Amino acid sequence: MASNAAVPFWRAAGMTYITYSNICANLVRNCLKEPHKSEALTREKVHFSVSKWADGKPQKPTIRSDTPEE
Amino acid sequence: MFRHLTTRILSRPTTVTAARARPFSTDVAAAPAADEAFAEAWKKVIPNIDPPKTPLHFMTPRPSTPSSIPTKLTVNFVLPYASELSAKEVDMVIIPATTGQMGVLPGHVATIAELKPGVMSVHEGNDVTKYFVSSGFAFIHANSYADVIAVEAVPIDQIDPSQVQKGLADFTQKLSSASTDLEKAEAQIGVDVHSALNSALTG
Repeated sequence: MASNAAVPFWRAAGMTYITYSNICANLVRNCLKEPHKSEALTREKVHFSVSKWADGKPQKPTIRSDTPEE
Repeated sequence: MFRHLTTRILSRPTTVTAARARPFSTDVAAAPAADEAFAEAWKKVIPNIDPPKTPLHFMTPRPSTPSSIPTKLTVNFVLPYASELSAKEVDMVIIPATTGQMGVLPGHVATIAELKPGVMSVHEGNDVTKYFVSSGFAFIHANSYADVIAVEAVPIDQIDPSQVQKGLADFTQKLSSASTDLEKAEAQIGVDVHSALNSALTG
């Protein structure tokens, strides 16, 4: 395997394919006409909670949420 | 004692198949539905118990490549939230691969193509349906099935030209003023996507 095969510019800058693909999708969604745009923006919403574990116990979680807190 | 026997039986069929040189995937015949060599070897040693089912038994066999080229291409176009086209028979699709616009006809060689932001057109008789695809992959199989997967795909008439122009101007400006590699990459992606959107609207 050639280790210096031509890599896409985004990978050379340290970005993964998923990041690249999501950025492209977000840019396209922002360029839509109105009724489609609001539907599309709901698709971008993300909600997750990540906690690192130490000594068998979860540490404080990082919560990323675009949905309003109920 | 019997444990050794079973490991020997299990290892024998795999060494036999590995020794045969693997032909091109375009020449592979439809895979067998059950592992006959294993079942026969089992029966010779343990005639009373049925041979266990191997993983091959549970898999659906690879669909055989028809010997004559089919007249239509079957397209599956899926997005994470919807299935745009599901087993639709068409004459041709043109996909925006990173290597350029690629036309796929029935009988196309099996290919995996990464897609760049661009227009995908589906040709059926005299109708052409165009979608702007943000990025994704296209898998073309030897039996004239094409699976196109994309994160976002919109019909061209849902794109707003004023926002495309604005975005293009913004990102061209960001590209010239970007400092870190990551910023440059993001601005470059912005420029690429907006120019593709622009040419989709005008082309």
